[in-house]
Amino acid sequence: MADDIWQPKLDQYLDSELSAEEMRGMDAHLRECASCSGDALRRMQLKRATRLAGQRYTPSAEFRRRIERKVAAKSPARRWLWIPALAMAAVVLLVATITVGRWYERSRSEQLLAELADLHVADLASPTPVDVVSSDRHTVKPWFQGKLPFTFDLPELPGTGYTLVGGRVAYLEHEPGAHLLYNVGAHHISVFIFRDRPEIERVFPARDSTRRVLSFHVESWDAGGLRYFVFGDASPEAIQGLSRLLKQAGA
Amino acid sequence: MPLFDSLYNFAHWLTQNRDEAEDLVQETYAKALRGFGSFQPGTNFRAWIFRILRNTFLTSRTGLAATRTVPLESEDEPEQTVAVSRETPESILLEQAGQQQVQAALEQVPVIYREVLLLCDVEEMSYQEIADTLAVPIGTVMSRLHRARKALRAALEQKTRETKHG
Repeated sequence: MADDIWQPKLDQYLDSELSAEEMRGMDAHLRECASCSGDALRRMQLKRATRLAGQRYTPSAEFRRRIERKVAAKSPARRWLWIPALAMAAVVLLVATITVGRWYERSRSEQLLAELADLHVADLASPTPVDVVSSDRHTVKPWFQGKLPFTFDLPELPGTGYTLVGGRVAYLEHEPGAHLLYNVGAHHISVFIFRDRPEIERVFPARDSTRRVLSFHVESWDAGGLRYFVFGDASPEAIQGLSRLLKQAGA
Repeated sequence: MPLFDSLYNFAHWLTQNRDEAEDLVQETYAKALRGFGSFQPGTNFRAWIFRILRNTFLTSRTGLAATRTVPLESEDEPEQTVAVSRETPESILLEQAGQQQVQAALEQVPVIYREVLLLCDVEEMSYQEIADTLAVPIGTVMSRLHRARKALRAALEQKTRETKHG
């Protein structure tokens, strides 16, 4: 029946998400089908009512001024002020480019690692460090479906000394990723998995060696378009051991 | 300031509190200014800044509490769309419901559904923009929208019944 084909697409039609060809097909169907056209009308009314009801809150003039002042204070100065400054800066920049570039990347690298350390410590301090609690990778991995725009594999752990505690969604520089928590002995190790991006590689090159940051150990590598960080206060050997298992699992 | 009114409206709907909404918008602009280097030219600025706001909300106390109350449902596949109820008292809901009732119903919808309704129907974002903002696949956007509209309709029905009997 034509209804079976077109009726499930009504929302997409009203949201203008069908292809041009499908839009034409739906238009033709609605002209002929009273049932679907009535249904479309009701959905459109709900959509319009939502739009009107949703435009509800307006910021106060005082709040607007406050934010404008803050934004202006952090924005670049007016053009007529910085044109001569720019000319001078060009000379300085020529000399300082390499130094500044290195400093910036080091600073960004430190910022990235500090953000990971914050995530790890905040997680351990939380009364609910994980949102999915299970030592079973077949429970933890599917929990992330629909929450992250990628998927990943987790290793089998029996006999390795590591225990999976669970996981949650974490954000690194506003990008969502998986934050998994493992135990080894009395230590907690965080495993972060994010989509790899050139800027991460630039400031934090993927290496197989373990680095020491703020007394934590961290190992990072990329595989399959993803960037992995294994982070914790356990020994470098323990961090490397878990990293090896993750890499073998297809990481 | 770009998108100031839209961001504030969205923040207030998420937090349901003026002070928290102001804090959220202020933090969003601060993070956007600090992290402008991570914005990739050519990508969608609106989705980028809405994503900052939403992520900031999710890590706030209100955001954590709001998202923990949402039942976990499988969002792998878009739910099969079914016809809305027809020729029932519910079908004339919107004729009876005033704007305040729609707003009250929208307040009742879980935040995970409220946000997708606001982004689609109020901000008029495309599914791709919503997917970028929420960092989920497009299939999940469609599935959430379908559930969100169903939840809104149910909340509206309840409001209408309460008005009739109240």
